[in-house]
Amino acid sequence: MIPEIGQFALIIALAVSIILGVMPLWGSINGNSQYIAVAKPATYTQFALMTVSLACLVYAFVTDDFSVKYVTTTSNSALPLLFKVSAVWGAHEGSLLLWGYILSLWTFCVAIFSRSIPPLMLARILGVLGLVAVGFLLFLIITSNPFDRIPMQLDGRDLNPLLQDIGLAIHPPTLYVGYVGFAVAYAFAVAAMIGGKLDVAWARWARPWTNIAWVFLTIGIALGSWWAYYELGWGGWWFWDPVENASLMPWLVGTALMHSLVVTEKRGLFKAWTVLLAIGAFSLSLLGTFLVRSGVLTSVHSFASDPERGLFILAFLMLVIGGSLTLFVVQARKFESSAKFEPFSKETGLLANNVILVVMASAVLLGTLFPLITDAMGIGKISVGPPYFNAVMVPLAVVLAIVMGFGLLLRWKKDSLGRLSTTVWTGLVVSLVIAVVLPLIFAPDFSSLVLMGLLISSWVAFTTLLWVIRQKRSPFRLSGTSWGALLGHIGLAVTFTGITLVSIYTIEDDVRMEPGDVKTIQGYEFKFLGVKDAKGPNYMAHRGTIIISEKNQVIATLHPEKRSYLVQKMPMTEAGIDVTLFRDLFVALGEPLGTEGAWSLRLQYKPFLRWIWLGAILMGLGGLFAAFDRRYRGMRKSRLNIKPVTA
Amino acid sequence: MKKKRELTKGQVLFRVAPLVLFLGLGFLLFKGLSIDPRYIPSPFIGKPAADFTLPRLYDEQAKVSTADFKGKVWLLNVWASWCISCRAEHELINQLVANYPIDVVGLNYKDHGVEEYRGKAKAWLARYGNPYKVIAVDTKGRVGIDYGVTGVPETFVIDKKGIIRHRFSGAIRKQQLVEILLPLVKKLRLEP
Repeated sequence: MIPEIGQFALIIALAVSIILGVMPLWGSINGNSQYIAVAKPATYTQFALMTVSLACLVYAFVTDDFSVKYVTTTSNSALPLLFKVSAVWGAHEGSLLLWGYILSLWTFCVAIFSRSIPPLMLARILGVLGLVAVGFLLFLIITSNPFDRIPMQLDGRDLNPLLQDIGLAIHPPTLYVGYVGFAVAYAFAVAAMIGGKLDVAWARWARPWTNIAWVFLTIGIALGSWWAYYELGWGGWWFWDPVENASLMPWLVGTALMHSLVVTEKRGLFKAWTVLLAIGAFSLSLLGTFLVRSGVLTSVHSFASDPERGLFILAFLMLVIGGSLTLFVVQARKFESSAKFEPFSKETGLLANNVILVVMASAVLLGTLFPLITDAMGIGKISVGPPYFNAVMVPLAVVLAIVMGFGLLLRWKKDSLGRLSTTVWTGLVVSLVIAVVLPLIFAPDFSSLVLMGLLISSWVAFTTLLWVIRQKRSPFRLSGTSWGALLGHIGLAVTFTGITLVSIYTIEDDVRMEPGDVKTIQGYEFKFLGVKDAKGPNYMAHRGTIIISEKNQVIATLHPEKRSYLVQKMPMTEAGIDVTLFRDLFVALGEPLGTEGAWSLRLQYKPFLRWIWLGAILMGLGGLFAAFDRRYRGMRKSRLNIKPVTA
Repeated sequence: MKKKRELTKGQVLFRVAPLVLFLGLGFLLFKGLSIDPRYIPSPFIGKPAADFTLPRLYDEQAKVSTADFKGKVWLLNVWASWCISCRAEHELINQLVANYPIDVVGLNYKDHGVEEYRGKAKAWLARYGNPYKVIAVDTKGRVGIDYGVTGVPETFVIDKKGIIRHRFSGAIRKQQLVEILLPLVKKLRLEP
């Protein structure tokens, strides 16, 4: 009964979305205020229905309703409760329902928190979001209904063991909130194109929404990387896998969008760029969904795929992106700006930022689609792999970092190198000292890559600090957007530092160890005590014990496991990891060797690994600060006749 | 004074380019959905497999050479630990070797010996299994060039006389294995 209610709610939600997608937009074009007034109630109803629908699916999972096909394929009665709930988005149908739910949640939030937006504009924004929802719900109901029934089964086929983890419980929802959040920026852009007007007020409305979506995407990507690190069992944190790339591309374009919006708000410039980037960020989110769900690319993440679904998403993609780009061709001339700026100015800096980030996103796109391109040319699916991505992305990141340092210091409209020379030299000298001295003291050997990585990281960090100091304000009086820039840029510097050091100074050793054997890596003694059998709620495991000591002091006892899940018969590696801010010690069990209780083990020393994710957290915090700047809160009192700032 | 509204070429390009690029991409994705590559003609088919002598993965002093396989029908599988598609294919090769007696020679391509991938190749095999009779290490990709390898994975079927008879570009799928590879190997084994 409950699943039928869920399905019913889903179908009514589709009907409501059609109303939301058609009536307010139609009303906004021919000026019918009654039609426009439909927008908000329709949004609330849609959200309520989607909530009911998702709740019904969660209920089916929690109560082990194995007459529902989707529950049977992704859950099992022996699964712990947390994983029963997270199994809801453990495969295709449920992920899409979650997607749809999050879309309605964003739409709902826009309707609630946009009191300052004129009803006409709001009706257009909600209408566009309604249209997106129509496409998604149609896809969900026609090709991927999570409520389909089958004859009652005794038990389920279980959740993929890879996904039975706290990381999976939180990573996809966070990522989806980010992905879908760009639908809001997209709706703002399309609404502006329909109205043919894009002003400072528009940029102020759009900025917080874009920032919040970006924050979720940033944290979502970091969570995914963290999950891959400890769960896939080989100690890597980024694989240039198509699905990872699918989340990185909207992030890059979304980052460009955030910065482009600053120019649009402060100077009334780059309007066409902003619109294009807003379309691009959401398009890449949809493209990500297409790549993951259609099976056109092989990936460790494509747990379910199907060409027919691919065709549907492709058609949807063509409508959403093709439609908005056509609108762009027609309307872009209305977004010309008259303001001028000199070549050496903040505008140029931010333009460079946009260009570099878009080039990076395009390079990732090219690399990700390369198997498809070669396939279409008839030479088979071929992956280019990390050699390509590293060769392209590292130089681009270096250029980006150099520009970032300058860009923040520059003034609007016109600036001179003379004004900045002291700051620039200070930043450069401090960075050089750090990049040369620190490795000399701490590093085992000299590496030009480390020099480069530390140089650009500290350049970004110190120019950012100097920029704040030059503002001569107490930290409490600093604006939210300034805090955002400060944390965001320093966060990126922290991530770059982590990436550099962990890439160069990681030590890996694959060894054969008998109980009692000791291996020393980087001053840490790994003592292997042997492997015992253990039993979990739904798996059997070989559980190893390793004692790590430094200078004869025991610092950690690790228990790496090799699990065999009972239902899917799948072996899984659970690494044992000891964490500090400056290094990770990582132990994974390999295979048993011989009869003496010997095992192959993989030992790793990874310096500064945590900095990669710490930086992401800082960036996320920065995005939050910027989104909740007092300037945007003040907008509720609708003081909206703001003139562009003139320097 | 009336403002001039003529569009420059650059402006038109900026407006239209995104749409055009996207339509191209859409076409590509559409083809990606419908295409099903089975047989790929290659200039190397029917030609003798290029001779090589390369170090072995687990014993770098020892060498692997094409001459070792004269008189046998064998497969040369190009792979790398950084290659995602290889993971999917590897499972199939494991099954093949477990169920059917055939020598599969691995050509580890631009992987082992490259600084960034220290130890990755061996770890990869430990994780996914090692179906190979022997693995040749082609760090610089020189032998890859001789075989016209454009990316990984690729697989060559080589007959008793050392002639390439078939080439799979990209990961072999189960259907291809059953419908093309196995019948071909059976046929080639009957040849003198």
